[in-house]
This record gives sequence, C-alpha cells and structure tokens, in this order.
Amino acid sequence: MSIDVLMPALSPTMEEGTLAKWHVKKGDQVKSGDVIAEIETDKATMEVEAVDEGTVEDLLVPEGAEGVKVNTPIAKLSGEGETAAPPPKPSPSTVAKTTGEGDREAVEGAQPAQRAVPAPPPSTAPTPPAQAGEAQRNGERIFASPLARRIAEQKGIDLSSIRGSGPHGRIVKADVEGAQPAATKAPPARAPGAQPQPAPISAPGPRQVLSLEQQGIAPGSYDLIPLDGMRKTVARRMTDSFRDVPHFPLTIDLEIDALLAARAKINALLEPEGVKVSVNDMVIKAAAVALKRVPEANASYTPEGIAMHHHADVAMAVAVPHGLITPIIREAEGKGLAEIARESKDLAERARNRKLKPEEYLGGTFSVSNLGMFGVTSFSSIINEPQGAIMSVGVGEKRPVARGDQLAVATVMSVTLTCDHRVVDGATGARFLAAFRRLIEDPITMIV
Amino acid sequence: MAEDFDVIVIGSGPGGYVTAIRSAQLGFKTAIVEREALGGVCLNWGCIPTKALLRSGDVYEQLGHLGDFGLSAENRAYDFGKVIARSRKVAGQLNAGVGFLMKKHRIEVIEGTARLEKGAPAPKVVVALKAGGERAVQARHVILATGARARTFPEIGLEPDGERVWTYREALVPKSAPKALIVVGSGAIGIEFASFFRALGSEVTVIEMLPRILPVEDEEVSAAAHKAFERRGIRFRVPANVKQLTRSKAGVAVEIEAGGKAETLQGEVAIVAVGIVGNVEALGLEALGVKIERTHVVTDETGATGVAGLYAIGDVTGPPWLAHKASHDGVHCIEHIAGLKPTGLHAPIPGCTYSNPQVASVGLTEAQAKAKGIEVKVGRFPFRANGKAIAAGETDGFVKTVFDAGTGALIGAHMIGAEVTEMIQGFALAMTLEATEAELQATVFPHPTMSEAMHEAALDAYGRVLHI
Repeated sequence: MSIDVLMPALSPTMEEGTLAKWHVKKGDQVKSGDVIAEIETDKATMEVEAVDEGTVEDLLVPEGAEGVKVNTPIAKLSGEGETAAPPPKPSPSTVAKTTGEGDREAVEGAQPAQRAVPAPPPSTAPTPPAQAGEAQRNGERIFASPLARRIAEQKGIDLSSIRGSGPHGRIVKADVEGAQPAATKAPPARAPGAQPQPAPISAPGPRQVLSLEQQGIAPGSYDLIPLDGMRKTVARRMTDSFRDVPHFPLTIDLEIDALLAARAKINALLEPEGVKVSVNDMVIKAAAVALKRVPEANASYTPEGIAMHHHADVAMAVAVPHGLITPIIREAEGKGLAEIARESKDLAERARNRKLKPEEYLGGTFSVSNLGMFGVTSFSSIINEPQGAIMSVGVGEKRPVARGDQLAVATVMSVTLTCDHRVVDGATGARFLAAFRRLIEDPITMIV
Repeated sequence: MAEDFDVIVIGSGPGGYVTAIRSAQLGFKTAIVEREALGGVCLNWGCIPTKALLRSGDVYEQLGHLGDFGLSAENRAYDFGKVIARSRKVAGQLNAGVGFLMKKHRIEVIEGTARLEKGAPAPKVVVALKAGGERAVQARHVILATGARARTFPEIGLEPDGERVWTYREALVPKSAPKALIVVGSGAIGIEFASFFRALGSEVTVIEMLPRILPVEDEEVSAAAHKAFERRGIRFRVPANVKQLTRSKAGVAVEIEAGGKAETLQGEVAIVAVGIVGNVEALGLEALGVKIERTHVVTDETGATGVAGLYAIGDVTGPPWLAHKASHDGVHCIEHIAGLKPTGLHAPIPGCTYSNPQVASVGLTEAQAKAKGIEVKVGRFPFRANGKAIAAGETDGFVKTVFDAGTGALIGAHMIGAEVTEMIQGFALAMTLEATEAELQATVFPHPTMSEAMHEAALDAYGRVLHI
C-alpha cells in the first residue's frame, strides 16, 4: 500500500512553499523521523521529517520547485512492514489530512453558535457600580491587566464602569489612570431593567470604536473593503453634520399633476433640441426660485454671523459607485429649465465617471436629494454643511386626496426639508416650503 | 493620475519588508523599493551576519575550556576565511528568504534608488533603476524605511577606509583577524565586535567616551560586563576621548585623553562604532517640507511626517536603532493607515547585546526609574546560585528586576549571562501585559532552567528569594 507524503504547512498562514532540497531518492528506505526534504518558507529553510516507515516509491515534485501548494502530494512511500490486514489502516498522512478537515468542520460548526451568543457589546451602558476591583460585570469576566486591577483597587475605581482601550477591549493602565473613583458607594440594588446610570468616566475621550469581533461578528465571515477617499469624506462629513448641526425635518405633500402636464408640454417643445426636462430639474428650478423669495432659507451659519447667499447654487446629490457626490447648478434661479436640464445631465454623467472638477461640487448653498426613482415615499437627508437646508424628494404617485368632502385621486409627491435650526427656524422653513408649493403646484409661476 | 499602488515602502530592511508584508495582508497593493539587497542592513550587514560570527567565536572559545567539562581536543584552530564565508552564507540565505516572502505576498520589488517628488495624494516616487533608466510610481501612501548607517568623524580620522579603519560593514568581511584591534565606542555594535575578535585571539582595546561601557544599560550590568570582558582579556579606556586617529602602513595610532592624561594606543585596525545617522539624504525630503532633526525624520507616533501621504518608520526616525522596533513601528503605521486601531504602541522595546557574556534588558534602569521620581523595589539573582547555570558552567552574570513600589508594576529588567537574550522576552511579555510582582511570583518557571533566576529576581524584590 503506498502512502502520499503531503506538502506540510509549516505555519498557519502558509499556502505554498518551495521544495528546496530532497534528502532522499527513489528507492531509499526511510523511517519515522528521517529528514526527507527541506522546504523553504519565510526566513528559514525547514526540514521535513518522514512520519512513516517505508521505501521511497516516487518523488512527485522536483527539487527547487516553487509554489508547491500545501497538502499536495510531494512523494510516495510504499508502506512496508505494515500488516496489510483488510480494511487497510489509514496511513498517518491520510489521518492527518482527515483530521485537518475535521478540524475545519468543527470550527465551522462552532461558528453559528458563536454568532448566536455574541459577547455582550461593551458599548452597552454600564451596570451600576459593583464593589471596587471586582472582576465581574453582570456575572461575566472583566478583562483588565493585572496592573489596571491593582491601580483600580488602590484608587477605589470600579472596573465595570470603565471601557478598556486595550486589545479586545481589555482595560489597561492608561484607562484607569485617568478615571476618577466613584463618588459614592454603590447605589441600592436596582430592579432589573431599570435605567442604567451613566458611567462615572471623568472626561469624554474620543469615541471608542470596537472591532467587529468585539461586537460578535466572527472574523472571516465578511470581506473588508478598504475605505477610499470618498467613503472617508462621506463618513466624516455626515458624522460631523449629524452630530453637530441641530437639525429638524419639515414634510409636505404636493400635488404634481399640473407639473407633469407642464413637463410634457415643455419636453414636446424641446424635443427637436434633444433636451428632456426631468421632474428633478423642475424641483431644482422651483427650489432656486423659492430660495430667492425666502432668502432666509438660503443661508449658512458661521460663528461670525449668518451668511445670506446672493444666489441659489443648488447642489444635487448624485449616487456614484461606492458613494455619492453633489455637483452644483450655479445661480439656478436665473437659469431656464432647458439649461438646468442640460447642465444636470452633464454633471451627473461626469460625476459617475469621477470627472468633476472640485469647483463643480464645492460650495453650494442648498441641496436637493431625490430618491423618488427608487419608490421612496419620504425621507429626511442629513444637512450638507455649511448649507442651511436640504430637500429630500420622494416618489410622485397616485394617492387619494380629499377635495372638500369628496375623495379624489391625484399624483402626490412628499418633500421633506431638513433645516439647520441655527439659521432656518421652523417658521422660515415653512414659509420656504409654502413658496415652493406654489411654484410646483402652479408651474407657470416659475417663469415669472 | 491613477495610482499604481496603494502603498510604496522605500527600503527593505526589517522595518520596510515587514511593513510591506503587513500592508499586503491588509489587502493593499504594495511595492517595495530597495537600492541594495533585500533585508537591508539587518539581514545583510548587521544583526544576522554578526550573530553568525559570534557563534563561531563562542564555539572556538568554548574549545579552549574543554578541560572544565572533562574533555580535551588538540590543535584548536580556525580558518578565518571559512568563518567569514559562513556568515555571508547565512546572510545570503535570509536575503533569499525575504525575496521569497515578497513573492509570496505579491509585493512588487523595485530595485533602484528612490527619490520623492511632489505628488497627490502622496509624494511621487521616482526610482533610478538598478537596471538603468527611471520609473515614476504613484501610490496613495508612501512609507520611508530607509534606515541608518554608522556615524563617522572624518575630522579626527574616525572614518572607514576598508583597510585600517572599519565600520561594522568592513568589520564583517575582513581578510584576517587583526592582531591588535582598537574599538571606538562601547555600545552593542562595538562590544559585539570586541567580543568576537577577542574570542579569536585579537588583542582588543575598547574606548568609551561616557563613564561606563554599554552606557544605555543598567549601571550594575555595565560594571559586571566590564569585569567579565576584562577577565577575557579585553582592555578598556573609560571614560576617554579620542583626539586623533592616524593611520600608517603598519596600523593605526589613536591619541586619546583619559582622566586628563594623554595616551596613544597602537593597533593594527580600528573599528568605529560611535553612533548612527539616519539615511535622509538625496530623497528629496527638503523640497517636500519634511521635518528633519539631527539626521532623523520627525514623525508623530503613527509615523506621519506631516506631508500628505508620507510616513516614516524605523531607524530613519531615530533611536532606539533596533530592527524589532522598526518592524513594530511599521506594522503600527500601516495598520493605522488601514483604519485599524493598532494596540501596543507603547510596548516596551527590549535591547540585546550578543557578546560573551550576553546582555539583555527591557524598560527602565534603576537609575532612570529613580530619576523619574518612582519609588522602586529592586530584586537581583546571580546565576552562580542557579542549578542549571552551574551544571552548564555558565555561572557568570545575574538577573535584576525593577518594580514600581507603589503599584507593583514591573518597570524594568536587566540581565547579563549566557543566553539571556533568549530570556528577556519573558519580561517583555510581562511588561506588555502589565504584570505586577504577583503574576511574576505566581508564574511557574521550569526546573532546572536559567530562567528560574528571573523568578528569583522577582521574588527577591519583595524579600522572598528562595535560593540565596
């Protein structure tokens, strides 16, 4: 019975290696422990020992062969001295292989269980302080370095109130050194489910980001796409805005049958020119005109004062692969629909090809984001700083509307204005929306 | 301009190539530029080939003491050419190993000399190719890992010529062992060469400007090393200033001043080991506005230089000039670029000197701790009271521990003796995990090993030592 000698994995990450040297040749007798080959891995050349007795039947990989995959057969041994009793005993190398697979299965089998019982995310609010230095949090082990425990004990700091900055959220010296001892003894026991107390952490440090693994997502269960510049910019700007700008939404429903009729007429007129005006182009135009009528809504907050913009430079959100960008229709209030249509088409196209120049997407005074084409009814966008407001446009769809006491059907579109309360108060936003409604519901007024 | 790579690393020493591997592991398309040999100074002209030489020296020296072990051999001799050849072969093997690793991780190796030009989002890398011609490559991130080289003082003759005056580089490939060697500088490099050539029988004199040899080590270790080396026949001039080195056909004459007295030392060869300067020249760093202080690139703790997309790690950023520090820095830097939250930024960095006896340390010396106003508890244990050391005939040296008396944190460990360089990582691990005396005292150390001296030194600091 012949046995395959497999390319060994000399490190957990090794996928392939070079067969640097054979120490045996065809026909040689080997016994367990004999060096049969040298495999070149990383910094070293490692020796491979036979795990079985026998005669070298064949060398399957020539000396010097590079890129030999782990677990591919590199030689054949004839298993002399083995009793050939049926059923044949699996050879050690086969056993090893089987064990390897079994291990993998075992690991895979274990994963769902791990997912099912994720470690409690340390981001949950801490429980009431337990006894100082006690290494339990809800009966679970708190990971802290010995030195951190010692210092916490000396200073009377409750470890369960501290979030660790070490590997896997472990509490280390630096975490306890800055912490203040709990002001009072542990409060009386609280009923389960009671509001947790804020943690007595001295100063709010930078936001701790836990790894996915710490939050119970098994490594290897996802692919990591590195953050590109656009993703980083979106993440930073949106986080800053959502956290720092006091924002609120105002929603209205608009009937757009008149607008759609006007659009059909306009497009028929423009057909020879090859221009097609979209509902969004009309929304941009109407928003720009409304901003001129209610200039308080066309403003930016600065620490020095409120900047009242002279023109309505309307940014339109364009989805591009792996992100979005907001090219700007400058001075849209003075542009005709055909011009806006031509410009928006060109900008959107170049945005998708990442061909925009910075001056084409930096410095708008107001934004329009439209998800109507995806059937979204209504939503509220995040302010695009330093703009004072952003308009979110939903789908135009037939809805029942009340006309006096009669029920009728009209094409209705919901529009939400998210306002920066530092510049656009509720009433200002409402006045802007009213002006916008007049323009949309009676589109001829846009031209005036 | 579309980027050719996500990351370009300049320099393939232990800082650069490890950074490149980690970069590739993180999914970045990575290239590495090397002007000389993969592996840099460490693999080719530093850490590794010197260890090969020192091993030959140690074995040869042991042969001189065979009688202590009840053994004898005749005609002890060495073939210097073969000793050097072995050292080169070892370096060559590791150099090839790095090449293999680059291939395995699909890292493109660009052979040539790099310089930087203004570019976005990172400086453009222009490589004067070894094969001729130029290649300009653009990456999102450029990491400088250009390393460092020996400092020289040409104005007083401390400048290598390959014949009479060597730096570490010439000292690795001499034609023969000098009969009389003068080593200027008693840091790790100077001491290792002194130890090696002394083992082969050279008359060795070491000159140190500071008050003690191995000046970065704990004072007690310096003193013990001084005594041990003197017993092996190495002579010292400490503290002494070199006034002038003069070379002649016959050798070198080094004029020194020690304790107000002038003296001239005669030797066949001198080795200059008086410090390190960063490789910051001809890279175009000034034009980019990179801040350089005393030949080293200034960075923040993530390696950022302040120039968009440009980072620096390892020896070129300053002391300690150690391979493992460079690798650690590099991994930290690239993980930071990848948006991970790397840990271990302030992990203590052990230092090792592979002389006979060996010296190893991590963390603060007793004097440094006291200078910081820390109240300390100090433990010591000599190898002459350690069973394994006695059995092995390696009773020179000791282990010293320094604890913060207030918290019990281990803040420093210092060792001198046989194979202590293989033991220091026990203390490094303890410090990285923020161990206190309690964990060290509760850890089981296998018997009989020399590492039991580590346990005893931790016990001794708290008056609990068992075997003295």
